Amino acid sequence: MTLSFQAVVARRGFDVVLTVRPGETVAVMGPNGAGKSTLLTGIAGLLRPDSGRAELNGRTLFDLDDGKRTWAAPHHRGTALLAQEPLLFPHLTALDNVSFGPRSAGVSKRAAEEKARRWLAEVEAGDLAARRPAQLSGGQAQRVAVARALAADPALLLLDEPLAALDIHSAPLLRRLFKRVLAGRQAIIATHDVLDALMLADRVVILEDGRIVEEGPTRAVLERPRSSFAAGLAGLNFIPGTLDGPGVRTSAGLRITGHDDGSFTPEAGPDGDPAPLPKPDAPGVAVFPPSAVSVFLDDAHGSPRNSFAVTISDLEPHGDQIRVRAGGLAADITPAASADLGLAPGMTVHFVVKAAAVSVYGT
Amino acid sequence: MTRQQAGPLPVHLRTPSPAYSGIPAWVRALAVLAAVVVVLPLLAMVLRVDWAQFLPLVTSASSLTALGLSLRTSAASTLLCIVLGVPLALVLARDTFRLQGLLRSLVLLPLVLPPVVGGIALLYTFGRQGLLGQTLNVLGLQIAFSTTAVVLAQTFVALPFLVVSLEGALRTSGSRYEAVAATLGARPGTVFRRVTLPLVLPGLASGAVLSFARSLGEFGATLTFAGSLQGVTRTLPLEIYLQRETDPDAAVALSLVLVAVAVAVVALAYRRPPAGRAGSGRRTTAPAPAGGDVR
Repeated sequence: MTLSFQAVVARRGFDVVLTVRPGETVAVMGPNGAGKSTLLTGIAGLLRPDSGRAELNGRTLFDLDDGKRTWAAPHHRGTALLAQEPLLFPHLTALDNVSFGPRSAGVSKRAAEEKARRWLAEVEAGDLAARRPAQLSGGQAQRVAVARALAADPALLLLDEPLAALDIHSAPLLRRLFKRVLAGRQAIIATHDVLDALMLADRVVILEDGRIVEEGPTRAVLERPRSSFAAGLAGLNFIPGTLDGPGVRTSAGLRITGHDDGSFTPEAGPDGDPAPLPKPDAPGVAVFPPSAVSVFLDDAHGSPRNSFAVTISDLEPHGDQIRVRAGGLAADITPAASADLGLAPGMTVHFVVKAAAVSVYGT
Repeated sequence: MTRQQAGPLPVHLRTPSPAYSGIPAWVRALAVLAAVVVVLPLLAMVLRVDWAQFLPLVTSASSLTALGLSLRTSAASTLLCIVLGVPLALVLARDTFRLQGLLRSLVLLPLVLPPVVGGIALLYTFGRQGLLGQTLNVLGLQIAFSTTAVVLAQTFVALPFLVVSLEGALRTSGSRYEAVAATLGARPGTVFRRVTLPLVLPGLASGAVLSFARSLGEFGATLTFAGSLQGVTRTLPLEIYLQRETDPDAAVALSLVLVAVAVAVVALAYRRPPAGRAGSGRRTTAPAPAGGDVR
């Protein structure tokens, strides 16, 4: 009861290997054009990869390797796809929309409608059964679309940014709904919102330029991001380079000292064996939160501190702080401090961060 | 496309010109001239109608025979256009294959071809000496100069109207609903019946009405391929042309009948959809104009 998927779509530079275990919900995140929709439409059978093979619960979805041309049509796959827009059939009532899947599976009209009513009630849309899609709000329509997808009894539910088109009032309600219906369900959810990944997914996969750059349990990825995209999601500063003791040396020759969080001393790994120590010169990253960064006008040397001369590109409000963006890094300081320093875009300042606030690990 | 109003606006709200239209005066003048070019000849004809004799003229035996034949053959060719044109439009709009552009251009050819040329082409296909005619002859089928020929000629000239209209509707509605339906487990036949057809029904209806109108007015191809045998191939346009030689009053009266039918057809094809059903916003209810999506 597992999805295994491997596919290459050459013209989109897409090359992904993904496994989803039974009952597991995986969040797929990444910048626009990273290949999230390509992944979902490839699994659903709406896009034909150049090569690769995929299996769902022991059934072959496609096998395009070694000259074989096995290809299951979308309606044989059991992978319901829910998109950003609800795409309810405009000529059918909400009830007929939801009963569409069961009817297509050959269930009698009465049984299909009964099932549709149950799912409409499940998404708290029971009173909308007789309405046409044009008479539904965006949030209502998306709830009906969720019921429609679930009523088809999909073996795997594919969600392509299902909350992206909703206003800020409808999204939380629907997110709670997803939390309920996705529990214990095999699903893949493409999303831009780190909250979706945290709330709905067991595991997150980060796609960049058609490839998986990072994957793991959502919390682990956000706590120890290994890609700049994941660091951005977690709101952390991210400096890639090569490991150099408990520090990272960037390609520009800058050295950032971090604290030794145990990665640089032998310890027992999860299976009892000592975890291998990261080799010097192995690729690594230094990660620290913007709140740990202080801003100075001149170079204030304190030995366990890192100090970078940077040019301010932007100042923006961030909660009750001011976020100072400079040289690809961010610092959060109080408005009073910003005013005292007289910060403005174009100024050169020093970002200073204590080594104890910097996490360093291999990637 | 403007948003559908809930109903026609009251006259006093509709008539005043908007604050600024940006139309130069000379453009308006030419627009009036264009309207005159279309309306004046019709008016001239209506003025020539001998109203006292109108009813007897249009209900004469030959007129009624021609009218009946026209309606029957037009209905048959419209049906044929739907049966053949819907699949063709679907393939042109949704499939991708080699020479697709060429096929589309060829299918649209009858729109711009003189009908008499179409008639000659049909004659050399189904006629006694034609490409298929000899084979059909062996089977005991003679198509040329029969009512079947009338239907074929009308289908030949009317098919592009349906295909163009429907292909436009199919392209506008896109294939996203079909994709969703497929992932919900619907096989292609179910998708076509329950999703595609209902979504493009307005486009199909206007295409069918236009095909019917084109069939009803067909003259050149019919005369060339089917001849003018009373009760068999002499449709109303042929009857009008014939009467013009002997009884101009009858010709004018029958012409008026065709004008009335044409007006009804245009009203049907381009009427605004009733309020209430419209407003889905995601779907085009306006008919795709003939020749609108030719590339």
